[in-house]
Amino acid sequence: MYAQMVTSTGKGVQSLEDMSPEERAFQERINRGEKIEPKEWMPDGYRKNLIRQIGQHAHSEIVGQLPEGNWITRAPTLERKAILLAKVQDEAGHGLYLYCAAETLGVSRDELLDKLHSGDMKYSSIFNYPTLNWADIGAVGWLVDGAAIMNQVPLQRTSYGPYSRAMIRICKEESFHQRQGYDIMMKMAFGTEAQKEMAQDALNRFWYPSLMMFGPSDKDSVHSAQSMAWKIKINTNDELRQKFVDQTVPQAKYLGLTIPDENLKWNEEKGGYDFSEPDWTEFFEVIKGNGPCNKERLGARVKAWDDGAWFRDGLMAHAEKQSAAKLAAE
Amino acid sequence: MTAASTTLDPAVYADWLMRLGDNTLILGHRLSEWCGHSPVLEEDIAMANTALDLIGQTQLWLGLAGEVEGKGRTADNLAYLRDASRFRNVLLLERPNGDFGQTLMRQFLFDAFHLELLKSLQTSGDPRVAEIAGKAIKEVAYHLERSADLVIRLGDGTEESHSRMQTALDDLWPYVGEFFVSDDIDKAVADAGIGPDPADLKAAWRQTVDEVLRAATLNVPGEGYVHKGGKRGIHTEHLGFILAEMQFLQRAYPGATW
Repeated sequence: MYAQMVTSTGKGVQSLEDMSPEERAFQERINRGEKIEPKEWMPDGYRKNLIRQIGQHAHSEIVGQLPEGNWITRAPTLERKAILLAKVQDEAGHGLYLYCAAETLGVSRDELLDKLHSGDMKYSSIFNYPTLNWADIGAVGWLVDGAAIMNQVPLQRTSYGPYSRAMIRICKEESFHQRQGYDIMMKMAFGTEAQKEMAQDALNRFWYPSLMMFGPSDKDSVHSAQSMAWKIKINTNDELRQKFVDQTVPQAKYLGLTIPDENLKWNEEKGGYDFSEPDWTEFFEVIKGNGPCNKERLGARVKAWDDGAWFRDGLMAHAEKQSAAKLAAE
Repeated sequence: MTAASTTLDPAVYADWLMRLGDNTLILGHRLSEWCGHSPVLEEDIAMANTALDLIGQTQLWLGLAGEVEGKGRTADNLAYLRDASRFRNVLLLERPNGDFGQTLMRQFLFDAFHLELLKSLQTSGDPRVAEIAGKAIKEVAYHLERSADLVIRLGDGTEESHSRMQTALDDLWPYVGEFFVSDDIDKAVADAGIGPDPADLKAAWRQTVDEVLRAATLNVPGEGYVHKGGKRGIHTEHLGFILAEMQFLQRAYPGATW
């Protein structure tokens, strides 16, 4: 998802009997559906796991500005340009909101950014794919934001209060984003032949990377089991992927577009579609840094940060001068 | 429409409105180039937000320009299907972004002018103009508050930030004079009671600029050579590239709806 392959304690879930009294009380609160708030006691593993997950989610929001920002200057009408600007501004706002949520766990935004820049922390694999034609902006809203929503709607019920509240707000905006993406797809799919071709091409390229957003099957993962016990993660990757496919197939049909999967077939028995798995070798290559845009995306973020050092230093220096002057006046 | 504005040649009136809409369009375009590349996340948000305001204003000004012209052209037609020599923005706004200091200084110098212009247009003899100005002025007052604040903080920040802001000011200063050069179109619009003579806006602009630059500990350059031409369609080499990028889809796929 926006947070993929987040590792937990690696030890699997302890039974209530094996827990210390503090851990047991904590787990029982979670089981009762109570929210955990910043200053309350929490196991170290819970804190670390959340920092990784929220941090990766925040990084995804800010790196996610780049593939869409790629088309702002080329948006085909003033209205499309305004909508895209508003959308990308929302994504940056989500990043800000999530960094703040992570800060409540005792990590600073600068520390998280250092880890992003050094490659210690990741962002979603999807943003390492290029946006090559205007329909890609539609596909990003429709499929990428659609997949994100699939994961984030259940996370509104996540156990950590600040993360849960961030998700409630973010989900409202994401559903607008998805609608604007689908709106672009409709214009393209029902437009000229050239536009239809662009729409099909965008779907062809974004379909499997969107399925990868949910991460590989985690039904046997100890990390996921622990995250689920802590209600940091609510559904398995496979459950969410299935739900996404079931939701998206009729939408593609309405557009008259073909999902690039020969094995796609309705399965009456399970009440969902059978579909092909994405190429997980490609997924792991992208995670390792070998996706089509990894170098550009991370390079752009590092450059922005390095080139902006004088700006941030200047503002800090001015603030210090002001507070020194204020102190001297008192 | 008032009696005064009907005496104005529609072609002249539309040309003048395009000056307003092209200023906001081209500056909005430049700001949007920062998306995802700003020095800090809050600036990414602010850049996108300001660009969004300016593109919204463009829709209104160019929409009115098309209406006044009376040839059935929409705001999109004007933005996407005119070539560089038909664009009427001032040269300052098509300057490349440079470092973030250059971008902020360009923004401040223009915001201070933009606010004075809109103040005056709020009392335009054409209520359509007054209405757009009334909406835009709220946004632009905030743009100025923000850009002035950052110019002060960076001018009076570190040695490096001071020096970058001074360089930005020195580089951009020769372009500000164009704001205040009146030509026949400005005069006709002023005579019709629709807009100000730009020369009349200079004193108020200068007061804001002097105040802010003094607080920023920056030296105001003397009056020197003024680069001009944008208002009558003689641009720098940069505009052609902006348009090649901005107009690509409309040009490559004529007649498509988006």
